[in-house]
Amino acid sequence: MSIDVVIEGVGVWSPALPGWQASQHVLAGEVESVPAGSARPAAALLAPAERRRAPDSVLFALEVAQQAAEMAAREGRTLHGVFASDHGDLAINDYLCATLAQAPDQLSPTKFHNSVHNAPAGYWAIATGCNASTTALSAGDYTFAAGLFEAALVAQSEDAPVLFVACDLPASGPLADVVSSRTPFAVALVLSPRRDRAGAALRLASQARPAALAPEPALLHAVCGDNPVARSLPLLVALARKERQTLALQAGPRLYLELEISPWLN
Amino acid sequence: MPARIPPLAITAYTATCAAARGLDALSEAVRERRGGLHENDLADHPLACFIGRVAGLEETRLPAAFAQHDARNNRLAWLGLNQDGFLDTARALRDRYGADRVALVLGTSTSSIGETETAYRHLDADGRFAPGQRRAVHQPHSLGLFVQDVLGLDGPCLSIATACSSSAKVFASAERLLRAGIVDAAIVGGVDTLCGSVLYGFNSLGLVAPQACRPFDVARCGLSLGEAAGFAILERADGTNTHVNKSAPRLVGYGESSDAHHMSAPHPQGLGAQIAIEDALARAGIASADVDYINLHGTATPQNDAVEAALITRLFPLTALASSTKGWTGHALGAAGIVEAAMTLLALERGLVPGTLNLDTPDPVCGPQVMIDNRERTIDVALSNSFGFGGNNCCLAFARAQVA
Repeated sequence: MSIDVVIEGVGVWSPALPGWQASQHVLAGEVESVPAGSARPAAALLAPAERRRAPDSVLFALEVAQQAAEMAAREGRTLHGVFASDHGDLAINDYLCATLAQAPDQLSPTKFHNSVHNAPAGYWAIATGCNASTTALSAGDYTFAAGLFEAALVAQSEDAPVLFVACDLPASGPLADVVSSRTPFAVALVLSPRRDRAGAALRLASQARPAALAPEPALLHAVCGDNPVARSLPLLVALARKERQTLALQAGPRLYLELEISPWLN
Repeated sequence: MPARIPPLAITAYTATCAAARGLDALSEAVRERRGGLHENDLADHPLACFIGRVAGLEETRLPAAFAQHDARNNRLAWLGLNQDGFLDTARALRDRYGADRVALVLGTSTSSIGETETAYRHLDADGRFAPGQRRAVHQPHSLGLFVQDVLGLDGPCLSIATACSSSAKVFASAERLLRAGIVDAAIVGGVDTLCGSVLYGFNSLGLVAPQACRPFDVARCGLSLGEAAGFAILERADGTNTHVNKSAPRLVGYGESSDAHHMSAPHPQGLGAQIAIEDALARAGIASADVDYINLHGTATPQNDAVEAALITRLFPLTALASSTKGWTGHALGAAGIVEAAMTLLALERGLVPGTLNLDTPDPVCGPQVMIDNRERTIDVALSNSFGFGGNNCCLAFARAQVA
């Protein structure tokens, strides 16, 4: 069973990949080294006061979501949302656990409600006035592939466009002993079940049969491969090179997601 | 409006919460109006409030083969899997369809962050995790990894974490996987456990009641946190599945929406909640007049209950029955959806409709639908509401097989 969607828009943010438009030549392998870049995105969708208060998980997710929606020429409020993150906001988890160990009565109510895994989804819905469904999920090491598949399934089932966001942040505090992520990385795709708009066709198939996993570009893997969202790199490279390609991502301990990408049609 | 979906058979389900472990005990607790809320006695989290703690959880140990998953949340998952013969039924399901043809979609709000809190309380001299804590439990998907390991499943496996709607939304994700033919069956569920994050977190927001919660009461003053585990099996109900019990209750619809209003407060007119209810009715192909019972989100916070009661009064006929069962269970957060789905299915299957425990004087905003006392009545169609932080809403629609 396969699912067909069209990728209408892409967003990306990591220090080495500051925006889709600025990063395609890096992803396409047209550079000898990758830029150091700015760590924090603009997240222009948020009002300045909100931007100052918003946790990084929200800033990164909203930045890439807005890039993808604008490229797709879709209003954010018209999109269903699937927000995938392996670990959620690790800095907030570190704050919660450290505060609980020392002074639980001092816990910040704002940090608490920002700690829910669906905080980026909630802020996105508020910022865009979106009443459509939003989901937040984790699938551990397989979060990118599992989330992408869920998003494509929502697009097909609802016959409606879907915003897919994958975002993970650096581990902070003692959690760094058990979480490998050291670099922020966020990716967004707008997926549509219809073929009547510009975009790259994507066919997804979930299969138990082992497949050769797509390699990640060495230059980029070296600077952000510790982040589970870097499992998106083979797909991003194919989109940047505008190449027809079939590649496989691991979607579970014994589950694979086969992606067939057709070049971008305008 | 979404299109109608083919009903799915719920061929097994179970629930473990503060009021009871397993369906028969839960049904008895409802009948006898025996709730599970007691004064907080968690030594690590001495907050003055009432909690819904699962009896026997302190003595529960994971089998040695699964020791690396050890955490209070996964111990509760294990306790929950061992009620109502669910573990054997789930493994037989895997053997029937194949490990890669069964999806696992679980909801949780805090997963095993309680274990991460413990690790932070016992850091070594260098401020680092003790060697025994350097395990894969410190992540949101800890629950999914554990249950996947226990059941030996190879299909799609997700942890849905949308706060208090998490384990209602698992039914929607599972339905999509089944309808698309990706899998032949789905195991859904949810587990959430009491921990410092939620006790002190909800307390910091001023949402925790000092006494047992009183949903819809004019004097309600907040929620009581609880812990719970629940699971269900979904299979196609069409003619090809001849082994499926013809009288198994059906999932007939669901609706999911976003409030777009506030991170921790509901939309004042219940806009998102109304969209979720209307979408659930549309997928089920029924009208609000067809609904016999609604298991409400009913947390007993002043805002939630006022908005939800007004919505029920506005949308449903005066003869519909509605109640919150959180007086029995406490608010089990990411497990609330599955436990209340089980409560709703019990009402469908056994004709015993729970009232609202600890409700004495209904808020004037409540219509006649909101029940204090239990009722014995045949329920053909029932809804279950779950609303979460971030304005994340889900409504599930269930029906008896005879009317689906």
